[in-house]
Amino acid sequence: MLDYIAQRLVQAVFVMLVVALISFSLFQFVGDPVNNMVGQEATEAQRAALRERLGLNDPVPLQFANWVGNAVQGEFGVSYRMGKPVDELIAARLPATLELVFLSAVLALLLGVPMGVYTGLNRDSWLSRFFLTISLIGISLPTFLIGILMILIFGVWLGWLPTFGRGGLVDLGLWQTSLLTVQGWSHIIMPAFTLALFQLTLIMRLVRAEMLEVLRTDYIKFARARGLSQRAINFGHALKNTLVPVITIMGLQIGALLAFSIITETVFQWPGMGLLIIQAIQFADIPIMSSYLVLVALFFVTINLVVDLLYYVVDPRLRVERAGGGH
Amino acid sequence: MQNARPQTATDLPAPPRFASRLASNLKAFLDSDVFDSFKRSPVTIGAFVVTMILFVSALFAPWVAPYDVGDLASLSLMDAFKPPVWAAGGDAAYLLGTDDQGRDVLSAIIFGLRISLMVGFLGVLLAALVGTVLGLVSGYLGGWVDALIMRIADVQLTFPAILIALLIDGIIGAVIGARAHAETQLGVLVLAIAASLWVNFARTVRGSTLVEKNKEYVQAARLIGIHPILIMYRHVLPNVMGPVLVIATLSLAVAILTEATLSFLGVGVPVTNPSLGTLIRIGNDFLFSGEWWMSIFPGVALVILVLAVNLLGDWLRDALNPKLR
Repeated sequence: MLDYIAQRLVQAVFVMLVVALISFSLFQFVGDPVNNMVGQEATEAQRAALRERLGLNDPVPLQFANWVGNAVQGEFGVSYRMGKPVDELIAARLPATLELVFLSAVLALLLGVPMGVYTGLNRDSWLSRFFLTISLIGISLPTFLIGILMILIFGVWLGWLPTFGRGGLVDLGLWQTSLLTVQGWSHIIMPAFTLALFQLTLIMRLVRAEMLEVLRTDYIKFARARGLSQRAINFGHALKNTLVPVITIMGLQIGALLAFSIITETVFQWPGMGLLIIQAIQFADIPIMSSYLVLVALFFVTINLVVDLLYYVVDPRLRVERAGGGH
Repeated sequence: MQNARPQTATDLPAPPRFASRLASNLKAFLDSDVFDSFKRSPVTIGAFVVTMILFVSALFAPWVAPYDVGDLASLSLMDAFKPPVWAAGGDAAYLLGTDDQGRDVLSAIIFGLRISLMVGFLGVLLAALVGTVLGLVSGYLGGWVDALIMRIADVQLTFPAILIALLIDGIIGAVIGARAHAETQLGVLVLAIAASLWVNFARTVRGSTLVEKNKEYVQAARLIGIHPILIMYRHVLPNVMGPVLVIATLSLAVAILTEATLSFLGVGVPVTNPSLGTLIRIGNDFLFSGEWWMSIFPGVALVILVLAVNLLGDWLRDALNPKLR
């Protein structure tokens, strides 16, 4: 197992180095950083001074080392378009995205697992068919269309929910939250549901398939023969065993949620990281792009590592096999 | 085989007449299991018909579309914001209504379909080409080449395809400053989509190549001294093409969706040559004032297209998989 973890760690570090190298080259070699930072009227001497101060005259490997050193301390330079340090911009936007992603993941789990269990246990009821039809829609419709449809129905036609922004925020010092006011909830519920729908259908189908599989196994038959209650069999034995793949998939899907939050944030004008990166790409704001690249890579690499380790924590069989010294 | 000398055209038997060969190929196809399973699935036939209708109308857009949306002179602001024909105030001349410029929405969709399909096709073609070559090389040669290519593939697979496409689109755009040029922007988009899709091809082809590599016909070819490149191209490649076709079909749906999403986000196809995604984005600005048809109809067209292509891909996967038969 240690071998396995070490191998994963090496791969993670390798990925981060490659991403850092790409980000660094983007930052350092695309366009002239000095030109982007000083005004038109700057003299040649001022430019040279800035060049020296930024370390642009150093050898490239040294520049890279400095850049990585800064990045580790959260220094990613200054946005060309907004003239503010990138770390401040990201810190201001991060809570919005994290709240959205978190709420979507919770929604997807809280709705997806029961729906999956229900459709697995009652294969032919009309409600199961209804859930499966919904899941087909959830898989076929692209995220941005779901968002547009929800805005049209609940925002424009029915006028029940606000369609853009975060609404009333409560300031908790470093973190501005929209989860403490009713108005904030009315703003977040549509984007969160839009983002959750795909994951919800995925979880539902996964739980359903796993339930169908597990219910056929011998130990379930044996549990029935022992005269256990239906409830104990379904939830104590069957559901428990379906949750291993659900946890793994959900872990990996948090990354997907982060990626698709870019789309949801654009549809609902949600002031998070996604909107920031889209605007950065439209205006070729390289410091923001390169730091986003590093952050996203870090996020994904961490999630993958955690999920890999989670396998061992959740599934005792894997641990026993290793402890037994192999075959 | 007397020697390992590359064959020249004169060594080969004269090819049969083109027409008769085509006829016999067609007959073989109509007798095949694949066509049989096609005939038995009404859903697949439906998906095929829908796909063909969309393909043909996209291909012949200038003749199929009621209006030429590129012709700015024919637009009149008097016709702007007409709702679809069945709604109050609809105009029979504009079946699905008009947009803010007085452009016919149906015609815009048909021309948009053209751009969407073109970008999707080119993206998948490039991805299939690169992925197949890398997969072949990786599987056939093995060693450090294999390790390198597959590590890159592993790393890329940990990120969602849409994120890869978005970031590559952004990076290339920033590097060559392509935002301003409509023509290069399409190329960048194709490149970004291909970059996000090649891994599936490479992994599958590598897997099949590993199997084929150890079969006797490949060993025989190697034994008589045929160059590895020639073996890969002439012997291994034809035997791994089945899965490639399936992945290409399913990838087409993904590519079309990726293009639509990027265009919707405003970093895809330029507004001068709108695709379905661009149309949805433009229409989205008018959602609040009640002109829903500008974004919903292109959206419906997109969903129908993707659904039909996906159904075809699913059928093809099952039909070509002997295990399921």
